[in-house]
Amino acid sequence: MAWFSKNKKLTAASDKVPQLPAKGEVGLWKKCDACDEVAYTQDFERNWNVCPSCGAHEALPVRRRLEMICDRGSFEELDTDLTPQDPLGFADQKRYRDRLKSTHKNTGLKDAFLSGVGLVGDVPVSIGCFAFEFMGGSMGSVVGEKVTRVFDRAYERRIPAMVFSSTGGARMQEGIFSLMQMAKTSAALHRFRSVRKPYVSVMLHPTTGGVAASFAWLGDVVIAEPKALIGFAGPRVIEQTIREKLPPGFQRSEFLLEHGMVDAIVPRGELRAKLSQIFSLLG
Amino acid sequence: MSRTYTLEFERPLLALESKIDELKQLSGGAAVDFTDEIIKLERKAKKLQAEIFSDLSRWQIVQLARHPSRPYFLDYLGQLFTDFFEIEGDRRFAADRAIVSGFAKFDGQPVVVMGHQKGRGTKDNMLRNFGMARPEGYRKARRLFDLAERFRLPLVTFIDTPGAYPGIGAEERGQAEAIATNLEVMSSLSVPSVSVVIGEGASGGAIGIGVTSRILMLEYAWYNVISPESCSSILYRDASKAQKSAEALKLTARDLMGFGIIDEIVKEAPGGAHRDPQFTAENVRTALRRHLAELSQLSPEQLVRDRYRKFRAMGVFTSEE
Repeated sequence: MAWFSKNKKLTAASDKVPQLPAKGEVGLWKKCDACDEVAYTQDFERNWNVCPSCGAHEALPVRRRLEMICDRGSFEELDTDLTPQDPLGFADQKRYRDRLKSTHKNTGLKDAFLSGVGLVGDVPVSIGCFAFEFMGGSMGSVVGEKVTRVFDRAYERRIPAMVFSSTGGARMQEGIFSLMQMAKTSAALHRFRSVRKPYVSVMLHPTTGGVAASFAWLGDVVIAEPKALIGFAGPRVIEQTIREKLPPGFQRSEFLLEHGMVDAIVPRGELRAKLSQIFSLLG
Repeated sequence: MSRTYTLEFERPLLALESKIDELKQLSGGAAVDFTDEIIKLERKAKKLQAEIFSDLSRWQIVQLARHPSRPYFLDYLGQLFTDFFEIEGDRRFAADRAIVSGFAKFDGQPVVVMGHQKGRGTKDNMLRNFGMARPEGYRKARRLFDLAERFRLPLVTFIDTPGAYPGIGAEERGQAEAIATNLEVMSSLSVPSVSVVIGEGASGGAIGIGVTSRILMLEYAWYNVISPESCSSILYRDASKAQKSAEALKLTARDLMGFGIIDEIVKEAPGGAHRDPQFTAENVRTALRRHLAELSQLSPEQLVRDRYRKFRAMGVFTSEE
């Protein structure tokens, strides 16, 4: 009898067998969503949430991402005072106001984006990163303002800019204000171009909608993590429109690279070194 | 005017109007004089229309914006512009008939003009892809932005789309990239630019030709980050709750004017643009004329700076630690 049986009755019956967490659950052991292999959660996390067996990239919380990318302890978060409002008085099953509050409580974040400056291989960079864990990384006024400030700061300090995107797109709950963030961020990015410093856009899983269709796809260099879902429309919307199942791999990083839509696919473990390389070449 | 399609809330009005028509025809025979009766009914019809249209729900406005008889971009192009020369090539992949673009004269002055174009009837809608542009449409528009800048021509865009096309080919050829590029290119232009939302302004597909110095909106148009149907299918997994979503999204011209997003609401004909397209188009002409005249007073640097400030200020948040 193997130690890690999938027979739930058996594992539940024995106190001595380490409890195998269900997919996605975090315990002492962690089972990979992609390959079903089991690893020590600690090993998995030390590997920046990349499966040690198959290399599948699982979501990495925003603060861990910044820790991974920046020179040790160099990231300084800014714009922490920006707090979302509810300009529409929006409500579905839940009021947007309450949703913001409860999400803040669960994640410790005020909104779906962290911005600041940090060193990457000793180069100061204006950095922004989406927090997918906050309402699917959706972009409303606060996210749009923070992205804009990433470019503003890079413009003022004449340093490179870098944004990591993982988002479903613009945030419905802020209606037209969310849509206008696409224009606002792109305009700020355009102003930044004049200082001739690089803007690197890193697309993580997933990057779609209004973020894909604005600053995320406007990088001087556009990098994707492996197997990330990247595109304008979500797969469900496309399937509903064309009334067909989508082919496997559609809208994944590898598919986009084949179609010339991204510049490089970089596994998470190599990301920091590659970014540093870009800044040493263009910075 | 087409009477083949009627919205639920238009029905009492149209019933009354057909009664008036009937009486007028009978009067033609001259056997009996219905003049007094007709005048009375016409007054009643006018009152009824004012009643219905003074209190439209947001969902009813969305329905008006989608009315199959509503004037489309080509109708405005025909009435407000002369000497139109169409530019069809994106120089990349294909002609996209969901966006029509080119050079023309407005008030005798050369301009660059473009707009989403919906179709009338099945065959026309196939050609126009229901006003849903593919990347080629946005890349063609981008060429026109560049030409406007180079030849110092004012830019006028008409927005009327249920969204950029969500299809396999569109994704393969970079729908998001095409729209993103347009946002940046438009935010660099130093010539006067005005956009007019004439029907539906759905999301990225709309703003992909909408980053202009002035944003105008017809009275019964809508403009938002998502269509009411898509919103409700995400929130409730049920597209039929669109009515509820339309209210929640606050997507009408009046809403957007209140938010400070748009610069002017252009009045439509009583009963909606489809009841009198010419009247509505003349209102658009008057508004366009005024905004273009104002913008033409500004230097290229001022135009760039003002537009930057306009969009930079959009968003609602507070600063609190």
